Amino acid sequence: MTIVAVTVTALLAVAGALTLARIIRGPSILDRAVATDVLLAIIVAAIATEAAYSRDATALPVLVVLAVLGFVGSVSVARFAARRNK
Amino acid sequence: MNLDAVLDIVAAVCLISGALLSLAAGVALVRFPDLLTRMHAAAKPQVLGLLLVLVGCGLRLRTGVDITTLVLVGIFQLATAPVAAHMVGRAGYPHDDIRSDLLLTDELAAHLDRVAEDRPEPTPA
Amino acid sequence: MKPDQMTPAEPTSPPNPPLSRTAVRRNRIVAVTFLVVVWVLLWGTLSWANVISGLVVATILLTVFPLPPVTFAGRIHPLGTARFLVRFLRDLVVASVQIAWLALRPRHVPRSAIIAVRLRVNTDLNLTLTAEALSLVPGSLILEADRNSGTLFIHVINVDSLSEVEKFRGEVLELEARIVAAIGSPEEQRLVRENPPPPVDLEGAAA
Repeated sequence: MTIVAVTVTALLAVAGALTLARIIRGPSILDRAVATDVLLAIIVAAIATEAAYSRDATALPVLVVLAVLGFVGSVSVARFAARRNK
Repeated sequence: MNLDAVLDIVAAVCLISGALLSLAAGVALVRFPDLLTRMHAAAKPQVLGLLLVLVGCGLRLRTGVDITTLVLVGIFQLATAPVAAHMVGRAGYPHDDIRSDLLLTDELAAHLDRVAEDRPEPTPA
Repeated sequence: MKPDQMTPAEPTSPPNPPLSRTAVRRNRIVAVTFLVVVWVLLWGTLSWANVISGLVVATILLTVFPLPPVTFAGRIHPLGTARFLVRFLRDLVVASVQIAWLALRPRHVPRSAIIAVRLRVNTDLNLTLTAEALSLVPGSLILEADRNSGTLFIHVINVDSLSEVEKFRGEVLELEARIVAAIGSPEEQRLVRENPPPPVDLEGAAA
């Protein structure tokens, strides 16, 4: 299981770095919103992997909050951007 | 081979393939040319990757309370990801971020033009 | 592609018919049940305390934030639902692999298109479900929805020719048919049966 955990961590770290690159490069705020959503999902995946590795469910409620937060975040950014476009 | 070992192996496969799909989503975010194609990356491999990781996590934990929490996270993800993508797409549509030279047809532009033409006359809501 | 060539315009019911009293009550019961299920899942254990506190919270929520009226005219068909779910899961996997492949493929810029598809059943519920499902199946992403005419505007990724676009239009209508087969009312199912996808996509598939 340790090998699996290390592999998954490495994969998710690379994915997170790529997503972060998109957040930094933009170019528009909507690109950043989409990338932030993906980054949040990667964080959820990382926390779930940690819980699976250590068989410890303490962090699971955090996942529910994060899952909802990503949605609220992108929707509010999208509304903000839509208002500014008009 | 007992059941525990089998479940662990299945969980490991789920975790790794989920992480691979997350990586693919990250690569797609960097490589795709415009906002709309990037949103495809955020909507599909990301959702399936997260679902697989959650399944792997559930197979490792194997207790009722934790599995209900994971199911809830999965349902939220499935229900909200398309809505978020739709909101972003709508906000970004008539915008410079979208490479119209890569579009074969654009029927939404025609529709918006028609809506703009109709606007002077009072339209029933 | 002119918008006239879209799917045959079928005069459907107005998007928001006034709800009858029983429909309102039924909607409320469905919403309360759903909220209580989420509440119980959050707590993780099924106990009377959880169910009762869930009922209280759901009632308060629905009083403070009333839901927009959504008509659920049909009933759930178990076979249709199962068929839809199996196909949906398969589509989700195919879609993810497709996007992953597109992302990793060297020196390739995917072409895309934006198409308008007019759905045959113009209800808010059907529009919403089809749009949600479309975003998770291969190649499509919902951009905009026009409630008055029941039209969805869809971004299609990885199409190389107009005939592929036409083929895709047929796939959207098939997805709609699966959803209606899962939860539609008999009248909606009749509407879908009597308006099969136009023959244009057959040509597109053959080309």
